Formats: sequence, C-alpha cells, structure tokens
Amino acid sequence: MIAYLARSVLQGALVILTVGLIAFSMFRFVGDPVATLAGQEATDADRAELTERLGLNDPFPVQFARFLGNAAQGDFGISYRQARPVSDLLAERLPATIELAVLSAIFAFVFGVGFGVYAAINRHGVVANAIMVISLIGVSLPTFLIGIGLIFLFAVFLGWLPSFGRGDVVRIGWWTTGLLTESGRKSLILPVLTLGFFQLTLIMRLVRAEMLETMRTEYVRFARARGIPERRIQYRHALRNTMVPVVTIVGLQLGSVIAFAIVTETVFQWPGLGALFVNAVQFVDIPVMAAYLMFVALVFAIVNVVTDLIYVAIDPRLKS
Amino acid sequence: MAVQSVSETGEVGKKRASLFARAWDSDIAYSFRSSPVAVGAAFVTIVIMLATAFAGFITPQNPFDAATLNLMDGFTPPGEAGAGSGMTFSLGADSQGRDMYSAILYGSRVSLLIGLASTIFSLALGVSLGLIAGYVGGRIEALIMRIADVQLSFPAILVALLVFGIARGLIHPSLHEQMTFAVMTIAIGLSNWAQYARTVRASTLVEKRKEYVDAARVIGRRPLSVMVSHVLPNVTGPILVIATVNLALAVLEEATLSFLGVGMPPTQPSLGTLIRVGQQFLYSGEWWIILFPSLALVTIALSINLFGDWLRDALNPKLR
Repeated sequence: MIAYLARSVLQGALVILTVGLIAFSMFRFVGDPVATLAGQEATDADRAELTERLGLNDPFPVQFARFLGNAAQGDFGISYRQARPVSDLLAERLPATIELAVLSAIFAFVFGVGFGVYAAINRHGVVANAIMVISLIGVSLPTFLIGIGLIFLFAVFLGWLPSFGRGDVVRIGWWTTGLLTESGRKSLILPVLTLGFFQLTLIMRLVRAEMLETMRTEYVRFARARGIPERRIQYRHALRNTMVPVVTIVGLQLGSVIAFAIVTETVFQWPGLGALFVNAVQFVDIPVMAAYLMFVALVFAIVNVVTDLIYVAIDPRLKS
Repeated sequence: MAVQSVSETGEVGKKRASLFARAWDSDIAYSFRSSPVAVGAAFVTIVIMLATAFAGFITPQNPFDAATLNLMDGFTPPGEAGAGSGMTFSLGADSQGRDMYSAILYGSRVSLLIGLASTIFSLALGVSLGLIAGYVGGRIEALIMRIADVQLSFPAILVALLVFGIARGLIHPSLHEQMTFAVMTIAIGLSNWAQYARTVRASTLVEKRKEYVDAARVIGRRPLSVMVSHVLPNVTGPILVIATVNLALAVLEEATLSFLGVGMPPTQPSLGTLIRVGQQFLYSGEWWIILFPSLALVTIALSINLFGDWLRDALNPKLR
C-alpha cells in the first residue's frame, strides 16, 4: 500500500514539474520581462543591470530551479497589470473559490448519490425518468447558459436571489467567508447550483448504472435470502460497492470542476481565482497566469493522492 | 438486392451497382434511414450549415456593416417594425438596431468555421502524432503519449485559455483583431488533439502486426508511405466518430471562450460573443438579445451531438 501511495505522490510531483516547466517558459519567452519592468526610459546599461539582477543571464536549468524554489515559497513575482505581488492576489481570492468548489462538490455528491440510488431502485418510476431526462439536458447545455438561465429565473424574474458577487463576507484571519451572513449565503446558492449541476448529473448517472449492475449480483441475492431488510441491502451492501468507480470519476472530473469554476465565476462575477485567471489571459498578465497554472497542478496532485487514500478506506482489499 | 446498373465506363463488363446505389444499400445507410433521430439531426445540421454559408443572401441586412444599421431601431422587440427604418425584425434588434436574425446567422457562421477549422487541425495533429507513436514506438512513443496524458488531465478550456494568452503575448497588439480567428482555431485545436492520438496509436499498434504491413515493408515501401497509405486507411473508423463529437465540443468551447471575453471580438462576433453582449440586457428586460443566440448555440451543438451518437453506434461492430 505504501508503494501504491508513493507512486501517486511521484506522479503528482511529475505533473507539477512539467507544468512548472511550461509556466517558467511562459515567463521566460512570452514577452520581455526586462522591457516590462524597466519601462521606456531605461538606458541600455539599466537593462543590462536589470537582466543581471533578475538572473536572466544564468543557464536555463539554474533559472528553472530558482523559479521552482520561489514558487514553492509562494513567490510568483509581481502582477504586470495590478502591480501587486501575485501571492497576495491569490491569497485574497483563494477563499472565494474554495468555498464555491467545496460547497458545490458536497451538493453534487449528496444529491448525485441520492438521486442515482433513487433512480436505480425505482427504475421505471415517473420521477426517476424525469430526473434522467433533466440530467441529459444538464450534460448537453454549456455551463454558462445554465448560469444565465438560473440568473434569469431566480434573480431577474423572481427576484429572490442576488445575481453577482459574494454579498457580505466575514473576515476570519486571512480567510473570508460568506457563510456567516445572510446575503453571503444567498449569493452562494446560484453559483453553487451552476457549478454543481454538471457534476451532479455525472455522479447520478454513474451511481444509477453501477447500482443496477450491483443489484443483480450474487451477493445481493444472497443477502436477500438471508432476510436482510431491502433498505439495508441497498445502502450497506450495494451502495458501498458502487462507490469505488464513483470516487475515481469524481477525482478525474476535478479538472472539469476547475474549468467550470472559471466559467461560473465569470458568469456570477465571483471574486475567485478563475475570474482572476480569465482577466490575466485577457491582459496577458503572465505572472498571474503562471501562478494559476501551478495552483491547478498542485490541486491535481493533492486530489490524486486523496483519491487513492479514499479507495483504501472504501475497499479494504487494497490494504494488504 | 443491390440496384443493378451498368457502370458508366463499361470497361468492367460485369454489372456493377453505381457508387450511389451501393452507398444507399450499405449497412450504415440502412441504419441511418431507420433512425429518425439521426435523419432529423443531420437535416438540422445541414440546414444550419447551408443557411450560414449563404447568410449574405437570406438575411435582411449585413449586421456588421455600420452603414446599414439605424440606431432608432435599437431594442425593437421580435416581430415588430423598427422605429427608424420601418423594417420588420423577426427576432428583434439589439441596442444598435442590428437585426438579431442576421446577427445569429453571421455569428453561427463564425462559430461553425472555427469549430470546423479547429477540429480539422486537432484531427491532423492527433492522427499524425498517434500514427508516429504507434508505428515508430520506443522513446518517441513514450514522449508523445506522456504529453497526451498531461494534456488530457487538464480540461480543454484551461488549455485553450492558456494557448490564447500565450499567443496574445507573442503577437503584436495591432494584429490581435485580425489574428483572433487563427489564434482561436489553434487554441481550441491544441486542446483536443490528445484523444485522436490515443485512439490512433492503439489501433496502429494492432494494425502494424498484421501481415499486409509486413508485406508492404518487405517490398521496400518506406515507413512514411506504409504509415500513410497502408496503416492510416485502416484506423479511420473511430476517428470519424471522435471528430463529430469534437465538432460539437469545439463549437461549445469557442462559445465559452468568447463568452468569457477571451475570444472573438464584438466586431466579428460568434454566438458566444452575442450571448456575452446579450447578458448586459438580461436585467433590463430585452430578453431576445440573449435568448435567440443561446437557442441557436444549443440547437447546433445538440444536432451535431445526436448525429455523432448515432454514428458511434452505427460504426460500433459490437452493436450490429
């Protein structure tokens, strides 16, 4: 098992290194850092001095190692556009994104598994079929249209919920949260629904398919023969065995959650990392782009390791 | 069974069905004819493609020629006559008096062109890399497939945003508007090649062990010609399916990027740009500016997808 974990940690490190190389190349080769920092009135001597001071005369591997070292300490330089340290920008916006992503993951998981089990048990029911049709629409609509549709219904037409921003947030140390105020909680609802919807439909369809399969296996029939209540069979025996593929897919889908978070944050003007990244792309703010890229790679690596740990918790056979 | 007709040239001497009759009689054509969904989806796709191709002839105005616009027509609701020009706006007019019906057809043309161009680009790139990886093997294969792995674990939107940002940094700002089409094509194309490469590599590995490849090699064909004229024709089946599904994805990806403001500029809008512009009027009640482009986008994506679904089933030997 240790070897198994070590492998996933190693893989994560490899991804971070590769992405680091891309991020570093962006720094180095897109645009001219010296020209950007020195300004128009710099003399050739100034430029040469700045080139030396930035370490741009060092060999490529040395520069790359320095970049990685700085990145490990959270130092990504200064944003070209906002003239502030990138690490400050990231720290400021991280809580908004994490709150959104975690809440929508919980939402998607709870309702996805719930609906999935329901649709599998009442396979021919009207409600179950309605859920399946809605999920099909959810898969084929682009995220931003779902967000706009929700805004139109709940913010413009019904006027129940705010359509943009985080509302009032409470500051706890460096962390900000919208969960402690009413306007903050209200502002979370639509973005969480939008971001969670795709995941929800995916988990639901998967749980349903897996459940249908498991309910046909020998051990479920055997459990019935032993007189175990149906509900207990469904949740203790069958559901647990459907969870391994579900966790795999949820882990693999994390990438799309990040992608959909970019879109969701833009639709709802959510002050998170995704919106920051889109702005950075629009204005070619390379340090912010590079930092976001490294952040995504880090999240990937961590989620991979956590997914592997969850496997072991779900499936005791992996412990040996 | 087959429609018997003498071939035009008459050289063959035997009775041979014409190309069209043979195509009409094939398994695929039969499956197509007996699937109403496939026929409907193909019909809608073709109608939309023709309508966008001949947009100039069937629209009342050229929506991006400022001379034909009348500001007094701004915000004309669907089906009413404009206050300025007096012409009837079947789908309403936007803030500048632009006919939405014309704007949607021109916008769909941009969307579809980028979708097609980027699909062809990623297909060419992915198929070549997959062929090389599968046929040559060794280190080149390992390198290509590793890159494909990293690429596949990152969401397409993220890759496209990144490529777009880098291209922006490399291209001189004065050329940005003219180059957007090419940049978008490359950005979306680069985010989708890996799937082709994986599929083609897998089938190439199977094909290259077959006798006809050995035979071609024995008679002295060069590796490149073996790859292109012997292996390639035998691995094209699955590529077609991926390409169809990818076309829908590419159209949606383009729309998402343009919606984020990282795509086609308002001077040459795609459907995504139109939706982005329309979002500003969501709150003030001019719903037609956003609704109709959204419907057009969903219709295009859905009909291509449904056609792709049918194609996947039709070409899948297991389902025959």
